[in-house]
Amino acid sequence: MSAPQILAEAVNKVFRSPDGQEVVALRDIELAVEPGEFVCLLGPSGCGKSTLLNAIAGFSLPTSGRLVANGRAVVEPGPDRAMVFQEYALFPWMTVAKNVAFGLEIKGEPKETIDRKVGDLLQLLSLSEFANSFPKDLSGGMRQRVAIARVLALDSPILLMDEPFGALDALTRRNLQDEVLRIWTEFKKTILFVTHGIEESIYLADRVVVMTYRPGTVKTVVPITLRRPRDTASPEFNDIKRHLTDLVMEEQRRHEEDEIRKG
Amino acid sequence: MPAGTGAAGKRLLQSILIPFAVLALWEGLSRAGVINPLILPSPSKVVIRWWAYLKPFQSYDPAQGPYLSWLVSGELLHDAAASLFRVFVGFFIGGGLGLGLGLLMGVSNTVYRLMNPLVQILRPIPPIAFIPLAILWFGLGNPPAFFLISLGAFFPILLNTIAGVRNVDSIYVRAARNLGAKGSVMFRRVILPAAAPHILTGVRVGYGVSFIVVIVAEMIAVNSGLGYRILEAREFFWPDKIIAGMITIGVIGLGIDTALNRLSNHLLRWHRSLESS
Ligand SMILES: Nc1ncnc2c1ncn2[C@@H]1O[C@H](COP(=O)(O)OP(=O)(O)OP(=O)(O)O)[C@@H](O)[C@H]1O
Ligand SMILES: [Mg+2]
Repeated sequence: MSAPQILAEAVNKVFRSPDGQEVVALRDIELAVEPGEFVCLLGPSGCGKSTLLNAIAGFSLPTSGRLVANGRAVVEPGPDRAMVFQEYALFPWMTVAKNVAFGLEIKGEPKETIDRKVGDLLQLLSLSEFANSFPKDLSGGMRQRVAIARVLALDSPILLMDEPFGALDALTRRNLQDEVLRIWTEFKKTILFVTHGIEESIYLADRVVVMTYRPGTVKTVVPITLRRPRDTASPEFNDIKRHLTDLVMEEQRRHEEDEIRKG
Repeated sequence: MPAGTGAAGKRLLQSILIPFAVLALWEGLSRAGVINPLILPSPSKVVIRWWAYLKPFQSYDPAQGPYLSWLVSGELLHDAAASLFRVFVGFFIGGGLGLGLGLLMGVSNTVYRLMNPLVQILRPIPPIAFIPLAILWFGLGNPPAFFLISLGAFFPILLNTIAGVRNVDSIYVRAARNLGAKGSVMFRRVILPAAAPHILTGVRVGYGVSFIVVIVAEMIAVNSGLGYRILEAREFFWPDKIIAGMITIGVIGLGIDTALNRLSNHLLRWHRSLESS
């Protein structure tokens, strides 16, 4: 039996707001993501999805508990846990090619290797003709393609994605979902993908982890065994969708009650 | 497009109409003797004086040296060169120090807390108010001018650099850390370019202040340069030369500002807010 690629044991994260109130963003999270697995984190806004992803990425470590990625305890951010952000986070002062090359330059790879890898990645994501464009001149979908190319350059076994397609229109989103599935298959990545799109999670994941709202815990794990490519209109797909919707709506209601109480 | 050309022609006409009318009125009133020429000489007199100010003193004599050095031997060019030299020296000293300290204060909270009170105390004092001290410390000549001009460039560049570095969007820093960037790579390739729009604003403002200060400094502490020359012209009751000097100052100021603007637009060609311009 191989060790999990990502492992969270008894992970807790408590934020203290300026007025001294404590927010338990994560409580007793237990999660094991196997190598090559595609896992979606699903839940309403504020349930701690980003908090968990940021902890694994090393940006904001847990208050207590153990996080292991690639066999090593997580202590700081690093290129072995490549992250794709919802806001794209491309460097606007670098061209598309420079953005993709940046991680390789930091690694100190020789220039010819960098040029070759960047060329290949731009080709893979249909970005070749934009190599010398600046991000401001690209559409949202194109920017997210660059962000994906940029993290693929790192050759990280893990991809962390935080609502990467949340800001895109439906058609572009489907397009990029297929792109991610293709990359996942081709490069055998382990992917942890945050979304609040129920359909998106069923379309993509091997397993959907549904989280509860405040405190953020793992509510249920739903395995999706439908064959890919998945047909979002099939009865099986919609059975799962109904089931997941019920689960998420329970948490959504608690989220809304909370909002109303706060005024 | 003919329509487009027509509209452009109309816009050009509109933009020169008022200046032209003012000049014509001014010239007309002068010639009619309504305006005392000792108070306000006519535009044509100013142009003639400006030309005399610009052109070489003596006629060309090959025995005296090469043609080119004769061509630039006029008084105006010497004055302009002297002023520009002071602006550049002062700007690079003050701007360099402002940039350096600004980066330090932006990156390090400790340096910021240590230096900020002093900066806040000195910042509102106009550089011109330092003139007496500058003369006391450095005497007359270039050194006090350099000091005052440096001061003029220092604060705008310092404050904008601090703001630029401290306001770098944390998403860039997080993305860079995720890609493995640390230390000097993070600084050079992420913090510095992200702060560049602010820094370049500081450079333009700092240059503007330097250019004001150089003229004032020349009126008080030095015996050359455009500022000195227009004050000298007043002592001789040469209002045409005063205005010729002022126009020269304006043209040079505009030229440098346009060049800086171009440079900044080129360096920031990636920047979103420039999309429309
Ligand atoms: N830096 C912080 N300081 C204080 N509280 C925080 C901080 N970051 C997150 N929280 C709180 O922790 C909880 C979880 O936030 P998180 O961003 O992980 O939610 P999320 O599931 O990603 O939501 P969304 O779908 O809106 O992105 C929220 O209630 C939030 O208010
Ligand atoms: Mg989030």
